[in-house]
Amino acid sequence: MAQFQLPPNSKVQSGKHHPLSNGAKNARRFVVYRWDPDAGQNPRTDTYEVDLDTCSPMVLDALIKIKNEMDPTLTFRRSCREGVCGSCAMNIDGTNTLACTKAIEDIKGDVRIYPLPHMPVVKDLVPDLTHFYAQYASVEPWLQAQTAAPPDRERLQSKEDRARLDGLYECILCACCSTSCPSYWWNGDRYLGPASLLQAYRWIADSRDEFTGERLDELADPFRLYRCHTIMNCTRACPKGLNPGKAIGEIKQLLATRTL
Amino acid sequence: MRLRTPLAQARGLGAAREGIHHWWTQRLTALALIPLSLWLVASIITITGADYATAVEWVQSPVVAVLLLLFIAVAFYHAQLGMQVVLEDYVHGGWAKVATIILSKFLMIALAFVAGFAVLRVALGG
Repeated sequence: MAQFQLPPNSKVQSGKHHPLSNGAKNARRFVVYRWDPDAGQNPRTDTYEVDLDTCSPMVLDALIKIKNEMDPTLTFRRSCREGVCGSCAMNIDGTNTLACTKAIEDIKGDVRIYPLPHMPVVKDLVPDLTHFYAQYASVEPWLQAQTAAPPDRERLQSKEDRARLDGLYECILCACCSTSCPSYWWNGDRYLGPASLLQAYRWIADSRDEFTGERLDELADPFRLYRCHTIMNCTRACPKGLNPGKAIGEIKQLLATRTL
Repeated sequence: MRLRTPLAQARGLGAAREGIHHWWTQRLTALALIPLSLWLVASIITITGADYATAVEWVQSPVVAVLLLLFIAVAFYHAQLGMQVVLEDYVHGGWAKVATIILSKFLMIALAFVAGFAVLRVALGG
């Protein structure tokens, strides 16, 4: 059966409290999930009090401030700090999003930060995305064609055909959508999840690609594709405002169309 | 211990090349159930409080009998398709999943025949 409760060694306990030493007027509590694979202990949530008057506006800014000034052991991924790389995807205030584009002032009360749900944790806020990336690779996300490209120029694409890729190509593979999807939680071993399916559709929708049929063949599967029950958590979670739920619907429609 | 690459695990046994039929019939049966359910609910409201003879007479009308049989067939087919989705979602581990899906199919077919037989018996005056 699907597991609805955490195993005993994964139950989250309450951890250390890091108070502000000086009397800051604009303090905010950040409750952060911590787990160290080497410590042999249960995961815990540590509480950090951060002075917002000396902190930049985004949640990632606060995490960097905590790591720099309060607790250098806090582990998380980040790189571009402007919503382009997708490294700092985590569960903030109950929603998967990018820490770098989520404003602290948009959150009421304590800021609760957990790693992306239902993924193996490497350490603290760092999830293991190996399988997620392998699933992405399995949809062969590159242009495939038998016809050779013209020798003197690139493959042509009309403006209308190019416009069909809008809302698909912008995906940064942060995994916010897939890890917000209950179907991906229960059957992520076989269900490709919204991120990989959005990217599969990105190549199905590409006018230059000649392997549309083969791509659809590879998706026609009760688990790979049809575990999607249009829950739409993916679309709600996407920090780039994309709509993976719609892309999955388009794939299902194409598969139905070719049998009718 | 199995040393398989992440890509080999992601690709698994390959695509089953099916699921379209299941998805499509689930939607078709849902569509058919909209008028059938509305008709059934409306009919039951109108004959509420009627005596036994009136109810028997109602079922014996050919239109009513056929619509009841259609409702039973479509509703149990739809229920079976839905049950299968739920079981595939939540029951993991090869045999448990296969066994519960088979059981639910048998159960739904048996219930459909029981319900259909009841309608036929009244309609044909058995």
